Amino acid sequence: MTAVVTDPGKRVDDDSGELNVAVLKRNARNEVWGLLGLCSPSLFLVGLIIILPVGWLFWLSLYDENGMLSFVNYERFVEQSSYVKTFVTTFEVSFGVTAICILLGYPLAYMLSQIPRRAASICMILVILPFWTSVLVRTYAWLVILQRKGLVNDWLIDLGIINQPLALVNNFTGVLIGMTHIMLPFLVLPLYASMKSISADYQRAGMNLGAGPVATFWQIFFPLSLPGLAAGVVITFVLCLGFFVTPALMGGGKVIMWAMRMQQTTSLYANWGAGSALGVLLLAVTFGLLGFFNWLLRGQIKAAWGGK
Amino acid sequence: MSDQTGLPITHWQRLWLYVVGGLVLFFLIAPCLIIVPMSFSDTTLLQFPPPSWSLRWYHEYFGSIEWRDATIVSVKVAVMTTLLATPIGVAAAYAMNASVLRFTGIINMILTAPLIIPVILIAIGTFFLYARIGINNTLTGLVLAHTVLAIPLVVLTVLSGFRSYDMNQERVARSLGAGRLSAFWQVTAPQIRFSIVSGALFAFTTSFDEVVVSLFISGGDTTTLTRRMFSALRDEVDPTIAAISTCLIVLSILMLSIAQILGTKREK
Repeated sequence: MTAVVTDPGKRVDDDSGELNVAVLKRNARNEVWGLLGLCSPSLFLVGLIIILPVGWLFWLSLYDENGMLSFVNYERFVEQSSYVKTFVTTFEVSFGVTAICILLGYPLAYMLSQIPRRAASICMILVILPFWTSVLVRTYAWLVILQRKGLVNDWLIDLGIINQPLALVNNFTGVLIGMTHIMLPFLVLPLYASMKSISADYQRAGMNLGAGPVATFWQIFFPLSLPGLAAGVVITFVLCLGFFVTPALMGGGKVIMWAMRMQQTTSLYANWGAGSALGVLLLAVTFGLLGFFNWLLRGQIKAAWGGK
Repeated sequence: MSDQTGLPITHWQRLWLYVVGGLVLFFLIAPCLIIVPMSFSDTTLLQFPPPSWSLRWYHEYFGSIEWRDATIVSVKVAVMTTLLATPIGVAAAYAMNASVLRFTGIINMILTAPLIIPVILIAIGTFFLYARIGINNTLTGLVLAHTVLAIPLVVLTVLSGFRSYDMNQERVARSLGAGRLSAFWQVTAPQIRFSIVSGALFAFTTSFDEVVVSLFISGGDTTTLTRRMFSALRDEVDPTIAAISTCLIVLSILMLSIAQILGTKREK
């Protein structure tokens, strides 16, 4: 503690007596302890309810059924095909959802950044309202819309486009649609923020120098928007990897993703070793991806989300 | 001419962009738009537009003891979470803003952990811990878990409020003889109150909409609304949930409006 308070102490040391130094040191020390005290309830709760159990699960994942130290819980990930299938499904869904989010989110964010501020803020309400609405409500709405006798199938049959109802829920397609809806704001919000900060002067300069609208977009705007896009993409992808609610409700038990597998192994089979190992691996992949891209983009992911 | 960017591109040339953007916006808002009229339907088949209108599913919702109890549990937990997470989060944000601590970086890392760690892992970990200390299926357990999830949001919101506030004002008050608490309460708090209320709104919504952790640690008498909805959705597409969803959408709009109003006030 003393190291922190030496600075204010020394400054006074030159022109005041010993007594003052002692008083100032005490004050500074009290200040530090006081501020630490203010942090302590939150640190205690997060430590007790998040970090301690996660550490405990990590510890559990290193033991087999007989209580012996082993990597058996991790070995089964490569040995058992059902685990391999879960990972493949998870990455397929995550890549698929992220790709669709880019295709839908980029034009939307671009449009929002180009239209007048007033119109943009009205459109933003349509992005933020679903963002604030419960995931369960949105998943339920999609179940209703996409089910066999649902809205989409009814309309498509009425229009004579199809004869038989399409299977849009309880399968891979349903999970893709439902998750895209949940994840889209996570991509659009940081992307829009970064596009807003691109000065229109660059585009104007490009056009003055004779570039057409298409060339101006691809050679000037698009490269400048890439860091914001990358920040949104990483957040979206990482959230997809550990997502539970929508795949559990819209996958019809056929699309088993990582988080569902964790729920099954712990709740259904009470296999804490295997469940913990899945959790530890998920955490490692999450931290790895976030850390790597944060380093690659020099802290822009943190800036994109921390600034909000 | 586009009036904002001043680029020599006409709105007509950009028509395709507005069409695509509009369709994506429609995709985002469609579920909310469709579920509201459907909740006033008279039939068990969820048709759109509904063949005839009634409040049948609202009667079903408010008349059912199970749904009502679950709603009460959720409201109780959300209110207690807000009351607990807001002061704790404000205190932490205050200390982090002062940043005389060498450990601010580490504190920041610990406090943002609940946002970064996948929620399914938090759920399983909490369930495991609670099983040991015997507080699964209790209100205390739920409130504590939701508080931890809400703290980072309160801290981030209040920290951003502190950023536009000059801490010297509080120092002046203290140098004039005000104690730390009264200086904060009388000088600082009134100026960052909009951030604090936004943080509290975040805390309430976080708790009220939380599904995954509640799925593991609530049950029996303490089943939350989201947990009951999740279980009901697994079995069938029950129209009662359309009525509940409409209520939740109205709540979201209410929360969002308050947050927006506070946001514009904060900017002034």
